[in-house]
Order: sequence, then C-alpha cells, then structure tokens
Amino acid sequence: MNQLRRAFLKNAGTVGAVAVAIATGLLKPITVFAAAWNTSAFTSKDLGEALKNAGYDGAAESSDIVIKAPDIAENGAVVPVSATSNIPGTTSMAIFVDKNPAPLIADFTFSNGTEPYISTRIKMAKTSLVRVSVKAGGKNYISSREVKVTIGGCGG
Amino acid sequence: MAEAMKMRATMDGDVADVKVLIQHPMDTGLMKDKKTDKLIPAHFINQVVATLNGKTVLDAQWGVGIAQNPFIGFRVKGAKAGDKIAVNAVDNLGAKFDGEVVVA
Repeated sequence: MNQLRRAFLKNAGTVGAVAVAIATGLLKPITVFAAAWNTSAFTSKDLGEALKNAGYDGAAESSDIVIKAPDIAENGAVVPVSATSNIPGTTSMAIFVDKNPAPLIADFTFSNGTEPYISTRIKMAKTSLVRVSVKAGGKNYISSREVKVTIGGCGG
Repeated sequence: MAEAMKMRATMDGDVADVKVLIQHPMDTGLMKDKKTDKLIPAHFINQVVATLNGKTVLDAQWGVGIAQNPFIGFRVKGAKAGDKIAVNAVDNLGAKFDGEVVVA
C-alpha cells in the first residue's frame, strides 16, 4: 500500500508538470474541449476530496441513478460499468471508485439531447463501492454499488 | 494511427446508440515494467468530445481509472440515420485520436 502511495505521489508530480506545460502553451489542447482537464479532481487521493474538487460534493442519495456492474469482477483491470440517471434535467455524470488510488474515474457532460447514460469499462484496484454522481437542476445526487474484485487492476 | 478508433452508431427508436472503442495503453503511472523494475510513466486519454453534425453532445474528462483500450457507449436523442457523429480525444502527452461515423 505504501509502495502504491509513493508511486502515486510521483505520478501526481508528472501530471502537474503536464498541466504547467499546457498552461504555458507548450502543449496546445484542441480548441473543441470546453474546459481544461480538472487536475485537482483527478489527482485527489480520497473520495471526499475528489467529490469536492469535481463539484459533486453534498450529493443526496438517489435510487433514480441506476448502476449496472458485475457483483464480482474477476479482473479489476477491466470492469464493465454502465449508469443511467432517471433524474430529470441531468446534465453531467461522474464515476468514482472509493478505494482506487485516484477515486475519480471520469466526468461526462451531456448536451444537445444526449441521454444521461454512459457505458464504459473501468479499472478497480480492489473490492470497493462504485459511485455514480450526477448534477441535475443545480443539485447533486449519488448512488453506489459494491463490486468485489478478485484480482486488482492497478498494479502495486 | 488509422485503426486507433472504431465507432458504430445505430438507430434505436429516436435515439442513436453510439459505441466507441479507442486503442490506447491507458498507463496509470503506478505500474512497474517487470523487466526494468522502473515505473511506466502515466500515459492516458484525458479528454474526449463527441459531436453530432458538429454540435457537441458529450464532453468527457477521464482519469487513469478508465480501462486499457477504452470503450464508451452513449445515446444521442434526436439523431437521424445519415447524421454524422465524430469523436475527438486527446491524451496527456498531447496525442490526438479522431473518429467519425454515419448513423445507420
């Protein structure tokens, strides 16, 4: 675990360097991207911090977010997860894994008629809750589901 | 890289069901190379944007927790057969990945 932490801290440094490179114009991001990559949220090491930095803090538990994931994932490197929000006015959706070195997996923003649904494959270091949080009508909502992992997918 | 991105979009009622597969190592920066015992530097796609006929329909930011060779599926309401859906992605080293598909 300490090994993992040290490695992660090292990694946080390189991500910071990339952000600096982007800021100084060394690496120009494509103009179509609406916002700069949320470095602070993606490098947060605990769930609370990640939720806050991604703007999903203070979320109310909601059963209207339906998460589909296996109960037991044999391989943590590839865990299929899909989520649908039945909350009207859902504009964005983020996936968090409590016990990953970096809990925020991804943040999706929907526009121009895209349904509040995402299907993807994520990495899980070990057995953990998978949380899906959404923003709808100026409020945050969250739902969770446990996935047991028999072989972790984040090294260490 | 010509084959880096594969896309499919099919109509399901009034919704286009879009599936995207991108070839990418998605290195977290936490794993060691077993031969050299050195950390493999982080290398992952961190931004993905999908457009329908040029209008943004999905704007995503990814961390290192998306699995290798990323897959995403999403559903665009109001799309019609013949519409064009494009996906642009970029990784943390600035490499770009683009794909386009006509809704069937």
